[in-house]
Amino acid sequence: MTRHSRTGTGGLSASTLLPCLPLLLALLHASAGIAHAEDTFTIGYLELKGDARYKEKRLFARYLGQPLGRPYAGAEVAIREVRFHGTELGLGFALEKVEAETPAGLQPALEAMQARGIRFVAVDLPAEQLLPLAQSQRGKAVVLFNVSAPEDRLRGEDCQPNLYHTLPSQAMLYDALAQYLVSRKWRNILELTGPEPEDQALSAAFARSARKFGLRISAQRPFELGNDPRDRSRNNIALLSGGDHDAIFVADARGEFARSVPYQTRNPDLIVGSEGLAPMAWHWSWERYGAPQLEKRFEKMHQRPMTGTDWAAWIAIKSVAESVQATRSTDVATISAKMTAPDTLYDNFKGTAGGFRAWDHQLRQPVLLATHNWVVERTPLDGFLHQTNTLDSIGVDERESRCRF
Amino acid sequence: MKKRLLALLLGSAVLSTLSPALAKDTGYLFISSEKDNSIMVMDSGDFSVIKVIPTADRPRHMAFNADHSLIYAACGDGESIDIIDVARLEVTDRIEDIDDPEAFDLSPDGGMMYLSLEDEGALGFIDLASKALVAEVEVGEEPEGVLTGPDGKTVYVTSEVANTVHLVDTANRELKANIVVGKRPRRFALTPDNLELWVTSELDASVSIINLADNTVREVIRFEPKGFRREQVTPVGIVMTADGRGAWVALGRSNHVAYVDVASRKVEDYILVGNRAWNVTLNRDESRLYVVNGLSDDLSVIDTGSRKVIRSVPAGRVPYMALIDD
Repeated sequence: MTRHSRTGTGGLSASTLLPCLPLLLALLHASAGIAHAEDTFTIGYLELKGDARYKEKRLFARYLGQPLGRPYAGAEVAIREVRFHGTELGLGFALEKVEAETPAGLQPALEAMQARGIRFVAVDLPAEQLLPLAQSQRGKAVVLFNVSAPEDRLRGEDCQPNLYHTLPSQAMLYDALAQYLVSRKWRNILELTGPEPEDQALSAAFARSARKFGLRISAQRPFELGNDPRDRSRNNIALLSGGDHDAIFVADARGEFARSVPYQTRNPDLIVGSEGLAPMAWHWSWERYGAPQLEKRFEKMHQRPMTGTDWAAWIAIKSVAESVQATRSTDVATISAKMTAPDTLYDNFKGTAGGFRAWDHQLRQPVLLATHNWVVERTPLDGFLHQTNTLDSIGVDERESRCRF
Repeated sequence: MKKRLLALLLGSAVLSTLSPALAKDTGYLFISSEKDNSIMVMDSGDFSVIKVIPTADRPRHMAFNADHSLIYAACGDGESIDIIDVARLEVTDRIEDIDDPEAFDLSPDGGMMYLSLEDEGALGFIDLASKALVAEVEVGEEPEGVLTGPDGKTVYVTSEVANTVHLVDTANRELKANIVVGKRPRRFALTPDNLELWVTSELDASVSIINLADNTVREVIRFEPKGFRREQVTPVGIVMTADGRGAWVALGRSNHVAYVDVASRKVEDYILVGNRAWNVTLNRDESRLYVVNGLSDDLSVIDTGSRKVIRSVPAGRVPYMALIDD
């Protein structure tokens, strides 16, 4: 079972369009990509019911850099923004959301969308559900956008040819943080690492960034949540934080432990990573490059601040519409080629526009380093250069990529 | 409502008694500043500050009425159009309850203001006599530059998000065409023969030249000041000389203004100014170009003959644009 909802921007309302939609889309694709009159170009959106990342209690906690709601909110802002992008082609863009009840329902839901003519789908899933879904679509004329899974392996050894990533990878996030720490000359880092596999993934990503930019991880200590005095060397922050270092990096994907670290350390330490100063795709306080206007539109529509995953869903929709506008085509191959073309630039409201990297389909973008209420820096920082594109100084570069499509 | 009525009475009383003879050719520069909530009045001879006029929050775009007796200033966060009496150097009237006004132009008869409403994604029509928002035409998100066509029948407005120039019919108040231009279009200049509309594209490092005969983009001029990456070249403000021979373009983050020879489309000069050069203004005899620099909080004064910066003057916090009364 799946649930559907539609948001339209074309001349017709969603409800009047729904019955004749398959016919319209069939016509659209039959005409080799060029549409006439008032056609509707529908972009799909797929999510999973009960996704643990959006549990009410977790959202309420407002962990630094984590979602405050479902990223579909960002897609809804985007679909309103693109209502004029198709005017030259006589196209209106629409959004169709499907929520699968169970992981087993994901693939049928996606294929049902394709049967209705949908070729571009933003997908809000954790890595363990996203990967098998993307693998099942190999060789098909469909483009999937990963808007909420930051894992490097999805862009590395597990990369899929029709899977594109608008959320920054962990490598990008921690390269951004490492650039900042190096620029401040805070090179000696104590790392506190959680027990979950997700925490280990953060730790591995940070270790890679530390090597790349020359940070020294002076000690790495495992932490546990809890109050058991027998485990105090793992759950007592004062005991965990001793020693001589410039900053403490906390690798805590959930954030519950990380939020308790500041002000509980043995020395007056700076905290970075999952608390204190965190790398992220978007922050509500970002105030340059038109960002306040986007934030305002988002808050007006959804009554909450915009976060990184909202932004990732927003730019997924925008990148499709901008590519249609630029190529004057709705053809999957034409648009995919446009997305990874070296001169393609999507306006991300973060100051340096970028397209998708051809070698792993990751969207190039600046990463923000923010506290709970302020963006301290935008990366790449000045002085960190790259031979072809400054944005490629953060993340996995072509030569080190393990992705083979 | 009461407040508005009072302001209206006060405004009309002031207008009938004091304006407009005193207001002529003061030589004053008026500079709006986004974070000071005021407009700075400066003598264009010695650059001394004559007065700082408090306004509603975040004044940005400004324009004179036909006889220069009034300045209209769009105050984005104050949600108003403040009306400044040039003779008294005071806000004497205010059009209120306008949601996030950004830039505007007036109808040829001066009776209607066409205004980009940034948050609404609309072009607003304000009847200046009744001070009422009488119509809104939906356009792409973040509308910015507004220009009234010479016959007053068409208003051109950019949408930064839709990468589009919209043509709005002023009679039936509907969109009549949409022209796709370079990314994030910002501001306009019209050639004096009314044949070409130039529009700056902030994220495309370019100016698109629209042929008004058929509403298509005829040519694109790219800016490449030395030593800057393409993404740092963010053109916004533009002004054309009265004879249509030259255009001055502010290049934003690349901290330069460009001078373009209109006939050959060649960029003849790049002149280093302050940080994030935002808007450009020529004086009447076109001997001086005033450039406001939003991130160095100053005004660069360029001698257009030698094409050199001759002065750099502090101009408030995040200055947005300058007007000169001469």
